[in-house]
Amino acid sequence: MYPIIINNIGKYYKKYSHKHKFLTIKSALVNKTLFSDLERDEKFEALKGISFNVEDGKTLSIIGENGSGKSTLLKILAGITRPTSGEITTRGRISALIELGAGFHPEISGRENIFINGIILGLSKKMIQEKLSKIVEFSELEEFINSPVKTYSSGMYMRLGFSIAINVDPDILLIDEVLAVGDAFFVPKCIDKIYEFKRKGKTIIFVSHDLATVEKISDEVIWLKKGQIEMRGYPAKVVDAYMQYIGEKEEKRDEKPAEVSTENRWGSREIEIKNVKIMNRDGKEKYIYKPKEPMTIEFDVITKRKEDDFVFGLAIFNPEGILCYGSNTGLENYKSYHIEGKGKVKIQIPELPLINGMYFLDLAVHKKDGYPFDYHHFQYKFKVSSKLRDLGITRIPHHWKFTDNINVRPFKPKKR
Amino acid sequence: MIEKLKNLYKYRQLIFILVSRELKARYRGTVFGFLWSFLNPFLLMLVYSIVFGIIMPARWPQFEGKTIYYSIFLFTGILPWTWFSSSMLESANVLIIYGNLIKKIKFPIEVLPIMVVLTNMVHFILGLPILILFFIVFAKPLTGWVLFLPAAMVIQFIFTMGFSFFISALTVHFRDIKDILSNLMTLWFFSTPIIYPFDSPHVSGRGWIKLLLWLNPMTHIIEAYQYAFYYGSLPHWKKLSVTVLVGFLLFYFGYKIFDKLKDTIVEEV
Repeated sequence: MYPIIINNIGKYYKKYSHKHKFLTIKSALVNKTLFSDLERDEKFEALKGISFNVEDGKTLSIIGENGSGKSTLLKILAGITRPTSGEITTRGRISALIELGAGFHPEISGRENIFINGIILGLSKKMIQEKLSKIVEFSELEEFINSPVKTYSSGMYMRLGFSIAINVDPDILLIDEVLAVGDAFFVPKCIDKIYEFKRKGKTIIFVSHDLATVEKISDEVIWLKKGQIEMRGYPAKVVDAYMQYIGEKEEKRDEKPAEVSTENRWGSREIEIKNVKIMNRDGKEKYIYKPKEPMTIEFDVITKRKEDDFVFGLAIFNPEGILCYGSNTGLENYKSYHIEGKGKVKIQIPELPLINGMYFLDLAVHKKDGYPFDYHHFQYKFKVSSKLRDLGITRIPHHWKFTDNINVRPFKPKKR
Repeated sequence: MIEKLKNLYKYRQLIFILVSRELKARYRGTVFGFLWSFLNPFLLMLVYSIVFGIIMPARWPQFEGKTIYYSIFLFTGILPWTWFSSSMLESANVLIIYGNLIKKIKFPIEVLPIMVVLTNMVHFILGLPILILFFIVFAKPLTGWVLFLPAAMVIQFIFTMGFSFFISALTVHFRDIKDILSNLMTLWFFSTPIIYPFDSPHVSGRGWIKLLLWLNPMTHIIEAYQYAFYYGSLPHWKKLSVTVLVGFLLFYFGYKIFDKLKDTIVEEV
């Protein structure tokens, strides 16, 4: 017996088409179209023919782009909306972490909100009383529990919401992207709690964009695309396929990511940088790179007259504006003799020891004293796509070694 | 339908906690706190007392020439009316205000209009001691017919509840109802014998006014309170029993419509 059985479900939303956009009773009465206007004429199919079963005690993750139907599917599982067609059977108490703290009343205290939220989630007053101290402890809000919720920060809000939802003690746990908003200390605690659920043999449905976590915690992954199951199977396999798809899509979209704007460019232009290209090893312009992938930056240099004092430089920034790496030919002990006419510069980067994320590139040519000929600031961007979720600016190469009494092994995702 | 109502009984704890939360949250941060429950109808009564008791005094025989009796009469009608009209206006908003909750948590949304009507009923009940105090202070005798109060309240509850289901479900689809309603409530207030007695010659002398008032279910509900408190006699039980029937019909259809629109509400709010 499966705790969740989904059989060929579909969900469509009816929409008013554009001409009814400003529908009011008045206009409906004036045009005598009140009843025909009530019929909606545009259909939007959020889910099409979805079928799957979830085995007892298994963790199933659902991934997919925004608008692929993940949340709709989860709402159907939670019983918030009903599918338009098909059948769904669930067994056991379901707790849905769709939005933490939905239904908190800002004016009243955290403690009172625990009771209200708990009852809304289907607990009795007595059960909440018993769990109160556990909920407060887990949320780490002991000092603030008697203050009105409106004085809480969003992190505190989320902590309280998570603590309540997790203490409902469900048989099936539905989690929708809620961990994306938590702080760096609380999220691992939540993940631990999810693992604890897993160990207790509870069924978990996990919806997330955090592919690393998805790969780690799930037994199976479903990739939803435009409301249909695109792929279902072992986590590593589905996540890899999905990442490849996303990467290809982003590359297409971002072929020419930034136009050169004059605002972020300065200098006398006696030497000019033009036609900057970021390429992969095959000389193809590319936007997304894996950390181990070689990258080549190439640009043309045009000089108005012969110069003998010049330095080429590059700098890589992350979106917060933190300089991740910067260098120039001067710092690297190249001596410049002369430059004349048209030339080409190539910067070859064998691998990118950067963490997952977007980066901006500065390129410049200037005199040794800093007098700028042409400075391109934040003009170019590229992305490093890494499955690891390490923190910081750069990845310092390292290895872990343990003595025999410490049993730690690298996680090997299940392969087919 | 009976099955569904029984099911609602299971949510009594939820309804209870939502009502107490509404009550707690409403006056949190105010100086007078829960006193506002009856200060609002009290101030309304004061305004009408000044206008129709002093500035343009109406000399209806029911008030024995005493302005203060008119005030007491007013208060007897305004208190239950406030329960009704606040419930209506809040019902129009409640599903939209709680939209986030409805969309994010599996939740029996019927409890929301119920919460609105019950919360306003508590305000009404909190105003009752003040009303009785009026009778005592100004030496207007109260009779045993006061015991009829719970019956009047039950009738009003059923009637209001039916309307509340109807309004709350429809407003999600037609936001105009909110504006229509606030105007309609003003009109309805004056079409109900609250600031004037039903038996006044100005009403009974004009057939069409009398008919209009007679067709208004709130007339009979408000009159029930006036008979129980002010006149101290048996309410018109015949008229009232028709009102009960109307109340049940409204409740039945109100709930039916709500139940039918329930699934689309989640998608529309």
